[in-house]
Amino acid sequence: MSNSVRDQVVAILADQALMAPAEVSDGAELADLGIDSMTLVEAIFRIEETFDIQVPFNANAPTESEFDISTVASIIAAVEGLIAAQKS
Amino acid sequence: MRRVVITGMGTINPLGHDVAETQTAMREGHCAIGPLDIRDADRLVVQIGAQVKNYEPEKLFNRQQIALYDRFTQFTLIAARQALGQAGLEFSGELASRSGVVLGTSGGGLSTQDENYRAVYEERKNRVHPFIVPKLMNNAAAGHVSMEWNLKGPSFTVATACASSNHAMGQAFNMIRWGMADVMVTGGSEAMLCFGGVKAWEGLRVMSKDGCRPFSATRNGMVQGEGAGIFVFEERDHARARGAEIFAEVAGFAMTSDAGDIVMPSKQGAARAITGALRDAHMSCEEIGYINAHGTGTTANDKVECAAIADAFGAHADQVLLSSTKSMHGHLIGGTGAVELLACILALNDGVIAPTIGYEEPDPECALDVVPNTARDAEIGAVLSNAFAFGGANAVLALRKA
Repeated sequence: MSNSVRDQVVAILADQALMAPAEVSDGAELADLGIDSMTLVEAIFRIEETFDIQVPFNANAPTESEFDISTVASIIAAVEGLIAAQKS
Repeated sequence: MRRVVITGMGTINPLGHDVAETQTAMREGHCAIGPLDIRDADRLVVQIGAQVKNYEPEKLFNRQQIALYDRFTQFTLIAARQALGQAGLEFSGELASRSGVVLGTSGGGLSTQDENYRAVYEERKNRVHPFIVPKLMNNAAAGHVSMEWNLKGPSFTVATACASSNHAMGQAFNMIRWGMADVMVTGGSEAMLCFGGVKAWEGLRVMSKDGCRPFSATRNGMVQGEGAGIFVFEERDHARARGAEIFAEVAGFAMTSDAGDIVMPSKQGAARAITGALRDAHMSCEEIGYINAHGTGTTANDKVECAAIADAFGAHADQVLLSSTKSMHGHLIGGTGAVELLACILALNDGVIAPTIGYEEPDPECALDVVPNTARDAEIGAVLSNAFAFGGANAVLALRKA
């Protein structure tokens, strides 16, 4: 099993969406994956636990958070940025 | 006045994973109390309880459901599936909006609280799972039942400690009787057999370390249990029109408050609830063949309960059969009245009185026929089910043979 940030984030999102990781493309939006707000909050919790980071996210205004959730790729990039910032 | 009948029953409790298993165990006087198999049991003074054994939630719920359903909600949904499956009702349109759910629980998602307090206080974690609030709240089970079955009328939870289920079923009964709903899913659930849940009860010094022996002179306290009992209450004409099987009629209900002490029971408060349920059902006490006792196995409850029955029933108290099935399944706290209603239905429909097991020696202060140790056959036309709670709350249901 690969341990790249990308693969781990995709694995979490796929598991939350009850899909296989191969079905989750980088360009997909969360709505395409059937991830609703409650599922997203759980996915963010799992991302925080997995990478030991704090994700700035407010479910009241999900699109206004610093954490860009517009696509799978944007989430991966945001997680990589947080790891770099918080582990330095 | 509209009449109310029971058209579906479900349960999961220490005696069985469905109604048939539970009623068989009740007939046989099976004891489900044993050593507690929970984390940190070695740090407990009271190390016994009645747990639901051979429980495999992953066979009944998917991973996401398990993340969201506390054990008390899981028990509720399992029992509700049985009850609604038996009732054979589909909820859509007008019936959906005329149907609801009212459940009893005392601790709600107590094991979820326990696990997460442990995580933040003991393990020093600074992050918790996002679903803790919707998982631990007392009305989580009622909410999930409404969602799983499309019940769009009233949905709420009653928390009155050990009277919770009886209060909930009393609400369901009266809501149908007075036209607020046509079908109510009701009963209760409890799952507080976790370290904190047992430790708290232990602190009160009313728990037995070796068994539950209601009404016996050798009794030395209560034993906790867990599980759920769920029933479908339905307006009688509605049930008849669709040819539903009817298991019993809910005939009366009363609730009183002792307005005395937060934990000590009162004979007058209990007797007023018993008399009130009879009056509400338009029954005389001579019609009652069986009383499912609150019968916790504590010194105080059992003698006060017997005195209350003697007061309310007069000379007939010597004829009525009384038993406490808590001797078998333990005290399910907020779910107890619901599981105990199955003993009432066993008496009405099968003519079998579930025994009070563990009975060793008569207590002159509990000088009623408590059906000691072995079940008894008896023709029963009507029953009472008692529940008396901390807070001084008393709730008594009266059922009649359908």
